This record gives sequence, structure tokens and C-alpha cells, in this order.
Amino acid sequence: MTEPEVNPALAAEHGLKPDEYQRILDLIGRVPTFTELGIFSAMWNEHCSYKSSKKWLRTLPTKGPQVICGPGENAGVVDIGDGQAVVFKMESHNHPSYIEPYQGAATGVGGILRDVFTMGARPIAALNSLSFGSPRHPRTKALISGVVRGIGGYGNAFGVPTVGGELRFHSAYDGNCLVNAFAAGIADADKIFYSAASGVGMPVVYLGAKTGRDGVGGATMASAEFDDTIEEKRPTVQVGDPFTEKRLLEACLELMETGAVISIQDMGAAGLTCSAVEMGDKGDLGVRLDLERVPVREERMTAYEMMLSESQERMLMVLRPEKEAVARAIFEKWDLDFAIVGETIAQDRFLVMLNGEVKADLPLKALSGTAPEYDRPWVEPAAPPPLTDIPEIDPSTALLAVMGNPNYCSRAWVWEQYDHMVLADTVVRPGQDAAVVRVNGGPKALAFTSDVTPRYCKANPVEGGKQAVAEAYRNLCATGATPLATTDNLNFGNPEKPEIMGQFVGCVKGIGEACLALDMPIVSGNVSLYNETDGTAILPTPTICAVGLLPDLDAIIPTAPQEGDVAILIGETTGHLGQSALMAELYKAEEGDAPPVDLEAERKAGELVRALHAAGLITAAHDLSDGGLAVAAGEMALAANIGVILADNDLLTAAEWFFGEDQGRYLISVPAERLRETMSQILDAEVPCTHVGHFTGHRLDFAGRAIDLADLRAAHAGGLAAFAG
Amino acid sequence: MKTAVIVFPGSNCDRDLARAFERVSGRPSTMVWHKETALPSGLDVVALPGGFSFGDYLRCGAIAARSPIMRAVAEFAQGGGHVLGICNGFQVLLETGLLPGALLRNAGLNFVCRDVHLNVETTDSPFTNAWHNGGVARIPVAHHDGNYLVDDSLLDRLHGESRVAFTYCDALGNVTDEANPNGSVSNIAGVLSPNRRVLGMMPHPERLCDPALGGSDGAKVFESLLGALAPA
Repeated sequence: MTEPEVNPALAAEHGLKPDEYQRILDLIGRVPTFTELGIFSAMWNEHCSYKSSKKWLRTLPTKGPQVICGPGENAGVVDIGDGQAVVFKMESHNHPSYIEPYQGAATGVGGILRDVFTMGARPIAALNSLSFGSPRHPRTKALISGVVRGIGGYGNAFGVPTVGGELRFHSAYDGNCLVNAFAAGIADADKIFYSAASGVGMPVVYLGAKTGRDGVGGATMASAEFDDTIEEKRPTVQVGDPFTEKRLLEACLELMETGAVISIQDMGAAGLTCSAVEMGDKGDLGVRLDLERVPVREERMTAYEMMLSESQERMLMVLRPEKEAVARAIFEKWDLDFAIVGETIAQDRFLVMLNGEVKADLPLKALSGTAPEYDRPWVEPAAPPPLTDIPEIDPSTALLAVMGNPNYCSRAWVWEQYDHMVLADTVVRPGQDAAVVRVNGGPKALAFTSDVTPRYCKANPVEGGKQAVAEAYRNLCATGATPLATTDNLNFGNPEKPEIMGQFVGCVKGIGEACLALDMPIVSGNVSLYNETDGTAILPTPTICAVGLLPDLDAIIPTAPQEGDVAILIGETTGHLGQSALMAELYKAEEGDAPPVDLEAERKAGELVRALHAAGLITAAHDLSDGGLAVAAGEMALAANIGVILADNDLLTAAEWFFGEDQGRYLISVPAERLRETMSQILDAEVPCTHVGHFTGHRLDFAGRAIDLADLRAAHAGGLAAFAG
Repeated sequence: MKTAVIVFPGSNCDRDLARAFERVSGRPSTMVWHKETALPSGLDVVALPGGFSFGDYLRCGAIAARSPIMRAVAEFAQGGGHVLGICNGFQVLLETGLLPGALLRNAGLNFVCRDVHLNVETTDSPFTNAWHNGGVARIPVAHHDGNYLVDDSLLDRLHGESRVAFTYCDALGNVTDEANPNGSVSNIAGVLSPNRRVLGMMPHPERLCDPALGGSDGAKVFESLLGALAPA
């Protein structure tokens, strides 16, 4: 087969800009081969090189006494005591999921699970953050149904409980949905496996499924905007095989036990290319590959195709040569491919051979080390129009409308399609502030939450970025967990547009400030840019997934209050309605500034809630976020199947008081006889609080206007199945 | 009580099941790889776990039923041994012919994971005797293919011989269409063999054996076995 001639036009088809192509020519002093061009395009695209985002990602706080390994490896590693570590990361599969929802989402889950068990950790929890277009958009139903089935289809078969996440609808995602998948696993802190190769002449081993032509060029596709040629891109989406992944998990963990593994790297985006370069680069070694040894499932595959294939469920490993027989036996037991496909070499060289013919011969370090890096111009986005009219509302009727809205109704339709109980350690199931999963039978447990409010991020990127972290912090505290660390999945539009780059820069700044102030370092993450269709960008969506630690299950704070409990609002209420759920959903007014986040107040409120529970004073707690006091009270009432009576406020309108979205607030329930003691502890902590009402009966009575709890439950329960079912 | 859990490639409730056995009996289960041809000696109970053996490719449980170990499991059952199949394990028992009927795709077509209520239809079995006077148990389901089907004559026979172990019901024990998560005929959630020593069930008792996880009704399946196997 003759290979196409390499020239600037072909480079452009590979997504390389003219200056980037020139950089390649300068670097190697000749025209690259076709395979080499493919390798450069894979390594230098936005998805793999982070060339637009790197400058800003460096500003994020990534260190702390709890951090064992921060960003740069397959996943972040955080100490949870007793010699154990939690390993976690979040990653996007946005473009593939829009093109082929089931397989796109499924392979997104597969990829993130592989990132976790590559490091030696057995996955114990998965979450996902999903953003779709308007419920009325003709494509939305097929997308949500396919994505949810895909996530379930992969995670359920693999055997990881999918315990939580987010789901939102907004017309800004009509042409570009977001699928962000998170996974966490547990490993012994002294048995973490890294990707850096070591030793010259060590065998490079290929493990897992066979290589096919699927996904060739996927990473490059993920780094481009969409237009009306999208249907042609379907062949770049991979197909997932959770059965192979499950066997790969068991085989890898079994192999790691034997001490045979020097280093290991999963084959994700840009498959063999990225994984081989990563292992060599980190270990300051070269790598030689002999592609005729790669297990293939299609005939006459070229070097170019093998190097760029994104076939799933594959791993690359550097092995201790004396353990080869042991390793081979384990992989044969699990009926997986095992092949020595190359070796580490002393020179800084990436040498790719096929049947004795040199297909690529490149300086290895330069492939990642000299990847382009851009300081993209950015501008502060324009402020949104001010919020002008504050409507007069009947608060309980408005609650019915908000909680029946697809954005705020029950997500049971989604999570019932996920096995959220496999492994028999799920203590707090989906639908609460944060999910809680025991660590291998307990008593220790971990809490997981995923948060971001894209409306806020668009109106005010810095405050929006802060708010995403603050809300994650709040959800962990409301569950009783001590926040440990964070992973981020930064989804934005085209960074070549200064206003989009401005959103990115602002959000990263806000996230960094909040992670520092709340002691939740970023230990891993992913950037997804070019989320645009025909020039229209998504809302800036920096998803924050945070992990918290609970020493035992007694530390868990329930969401359900008890009959007769007093309702106390913790934190300061000014009635901030700008960018609120009430205004956006009921009045179609995405106006005003995002609510400001006071990180100091946020921290004090969170510590107070945990202290109140530790002192045995409160029966339940719930964070306030979208929909403010009203939605928090409604959700607590539904959780307990007990009504709630809330008084109005002299200084604020009903809309401001019940639906304002001031940050740093919690609603707690306190038995009447513990009220005095509770108030005194709150006063000592110097946190503002208000006695707002109590939980009783079977009605929700807001300022004298009441609805039946049963009506709220019906509206809340049916909101999603009604259009997605 | 000496137990073994069979591990197929794609099993993913094997460890949960072993933990439940150990919690109730105080003895660890032996994990037996599907490529083995013989069971450990002196076993009281063989359990087939939930999961997606062989990826549920071809047909749920069909490939696992032809695994080398299943000949030994069938002989164990025919010799009067106790065999428990949960979820995918139930599917394997049907494909092996140790229990009658078939499990189709859920009537709602979606995977369904949630707590359900089960009516304990018979306490006359080594898996259900701990319920004493019957009653309602809350145990989760998690499956895509749990829609149990048998023909009318076999259904009559199952009922006539009290071989329906559990039916899906509401919290008060009423066996209703609304309480049926998957469309199973007569709301059947679990069935017994003629000698009552083989039980296949779709719900996962091993997942609610521990009050810390929100319930312990599932433990009664294992406690029943412990009671039935206790030396007289």
C-alpha cells in the first residue's frame, strides 16, 4: 500500500496548524513520514497536549500533606490513612457521546476506570456529570437515553457502583452534550503503580484486547469543533467491551501482586503512541516498538493505523524480564492477549518498526516536551444584563414548578439504570448531598460529589469557578465528610476566541482560589475545549468532583429530619436572585451577576455543620444551592416524608427569601430540646443563623401558602421520565 | 457451613457473596475458578454469583453454563447438595437445566436497580426457613434480564409444589403489577428445585445483609441455610 505524500495540506487535515507543521520540520530536519505525521498530530492535538490550557493549569493548587500523587499520572492519589489511598480522576467523552451516545458514553466510563486500575487501585465508585440540550430539542431524548444506557451498560457489567453525579439541560448544549465520567479506586498507599519506565532493554508488553481500526484519529476529532459533517465522524468513535475490561482489571491486579510490573500505562486517546511516549518520557528512556507483534483483529493494518488506533481495553507495560512466564500465565488464565512488542532503549528515540522497516524514528522527549504551548489572548467576558424585575410569587406554588422542572426533579430514572449497589458497600445511595461508599467493608468511608453551576460561570467566571468548588465542599460537609481533594473536568468552547479563553482563565482562577482556601487540592483532571457547534459555544462548565473522608459511618449526617424538628438556616441570606434557578427556569431570565462566594464564610459554615453533628445536636443537614431555601426544605421534606412550615422574612421579598441563592448556607434540623445548646454553639462559631421554621405534618407551608407533600412528590418524581422515559 | 462461590469471568458479585457467607457463618467461602473440573470436598453449599459472566454475550448465563466446573455443580445438585444462584447465577442455573423456565429482557426494557419487596411464599426450604411465618423482605434487584417466564403447566406445577420461593410485592405484601419490576409471570422472583435444595433468585440478598447498608433482610437467606445445615 502506498502511503500518502506528506505535505502542508495533509498536515492541516491532521489538525496541525502551519506553524506547528513548520515546528516539526525544524525539529527533525526533514519531512516526516506518514506514520510520523500521525504520531505528531496525536501528541500535539489539544486533547493530548493541553497546549491552550497548560499555562493556566499550572496555577492550580495541587499539593497538600494528603496528596501522594498530583496531576500528571493516570489519576490522582490521596492518602486516607491506615496505609490506604484513594485514586481518582474525571475525564470527558463529550464529542464521541454526541456522535454515538451509547458507545461514546460507555467508552468514557471504560477509559476512566482504566486510568484508576492502571495505578493498582480497585475501582469502588463511579459518578458522572451530564449536560444536555433543552428537553424540547429533538435530539435530547435520544442523547440522554443512549448516554444513560451506555454508562449503565459499561459500569454495571464491569461491576463498579455508579453512585452519583449531575444532570442538567440547557439550550447551550443543544449541539454539544457533555459526558464527564469520574471513577475512584482504593489501593495500598505503598503499592501505587506509575507510568515511568525504568531500565534499558526491558520488555515492553502489550496487554488486553486486540487492535483494530476503530477510533483512528479520535483524539484529533475531539479537538475540533463540530459542523454539519458530524455524521462522517462516526467511525472515529470506539466500541466498548466491559467484559474484556473486567478481565483486564482482574488480570492487572493479579499481575501487580507478583511484582512483575515496572511501569504501566493504559492506552486511551491516541492509543499506542501516547502510552509508549508517556512511559519513555517519564523514565528518560527511548522506546522501540515492533508492530508486527501487536495483536490485531483486522488484516493488513498499517503502522499509521496501529499507532493511532483507539481500540479499547488495552494496556502497555514495562515488565521485569524474569517474570515473563508468570505474567503470561496470568493473562492466559483470563483469556487476554499478552505480547512483547518492543523494549526500552537508552537513546532518546521513539523507533517504530514494521516487519523490519523503519516507520517512525523520532526524538522521544521532543514529542511531548516540545509540544506547542500557547498563551492565548483572552478578554474578560461582558457582564450579563442586570436583573431588573423581581417577580411577586406564591413560594409554595413556585416550588412545585421548580422541583417538577427537568433540571431539578428526581433523577431516579437515571440512577435506577445504574447498578449503584454492586460491591455491597454503598451506604448513602444516589440522590443525597454526596454519595457515601465504605472502604472495603468499612468502618472508614468516602463521600463523592460532582458540582458546577454553568449559569454562574458564564455570568462571572471567577465567582462561578469558586462556586463550583464551594458547592462540592458544602455537599461533602452536609454529608459529614471532611473534604480531601478534587479532580476537575474543564469543558469550554473554542479557546482561540478571546472571550471563551477569558471564561477559561476566570474559572481556573476561581477554582484555584477556592481549592486553596478550602484545602481541597486538585490532584487530577481533564480539559475539553472546542465544545462548539457551528460557532456556538456551550456554557462554561468546569465540573468539580470532590472526595471526602468519613472515619466511620456514625459521622454521616442524614438528609431526613424528624417530626417536630426545628429548621435552622446557617449562613447569611441577602436574597441574591441573579442567575438563580427560579429566574432562569420560571421567568427565562438569565440575568444579573452570579452570587459572590465568601470562602472564609464557606469554610466556617462547613466546619460548624460537621461540629454540630459530632456534638450530636442535629438530626439532618442539607446544603443550599439551586433554588435556595425553598428547594433545600422541599428536598428534606421529601427525604423524611414529613412536611415543613417556613416563615417569611421582613426584609426580603418571597422570591428573594425562599429562592435566593446566596452561598455558604445549610438547612439543618434540630430536635426542639437541643435548640438552645445548638444556637449557643452556632453563636460561638460566629456564623450567622436564622430560626426559619420546623418540620411537621404532611404539607409544605411557606409564609402561609401551602401545598401537599404528596403533590410535591408527584411533581418531583415524574419530571424526568415524562420526557426521557 | 462450608461454602464455595464459583467465579466466572465477568462475575462481579462473587466477593460480595463470599462476604455475606462469612458474615453469617463465620467461615470464609472457597472461591472456585470456572475452569476447574471438581469442587472442593465436603461442601455444604455452592453459590453462583451475580454479574455478567462472559459479558452476557450470546445469552445471559449461556456460556457460563457450559464452563468446565458446571458439570461438577450439576452432580453436586443431583447428589442432594445445596445450590444458590443469584441474578446472573439464577440465569446460569436455568441454562444448566437445574431449574425450569427462562429469564427475558425486563418488560420496561431498561436495567433496573432498586430495593424491591418480596413476599416469602414458602418457608419450607433451606433458604427461607428463617422467616418462620413468612412475611415481607426488602432486598435490592439490579438486572436487565429478570423477566421470569414458564409455560402455564409448569407454572401450575411450581405453584402446586410450593416451589415459588419469592414473589415481588408492595411494602404490605400485596402481589401487584405495580410491584413487579421486570414483568415476571406471577411476579416470581425466585424458584426452587423439586428437592427444594436449589434456589435461583433475581434479587441480591447479599447486598442487604448489614444494617449499615440500610437493611439486613437479605441475611435471612444465609441464616436459613446455616439453620438447615446445622448438625441435628
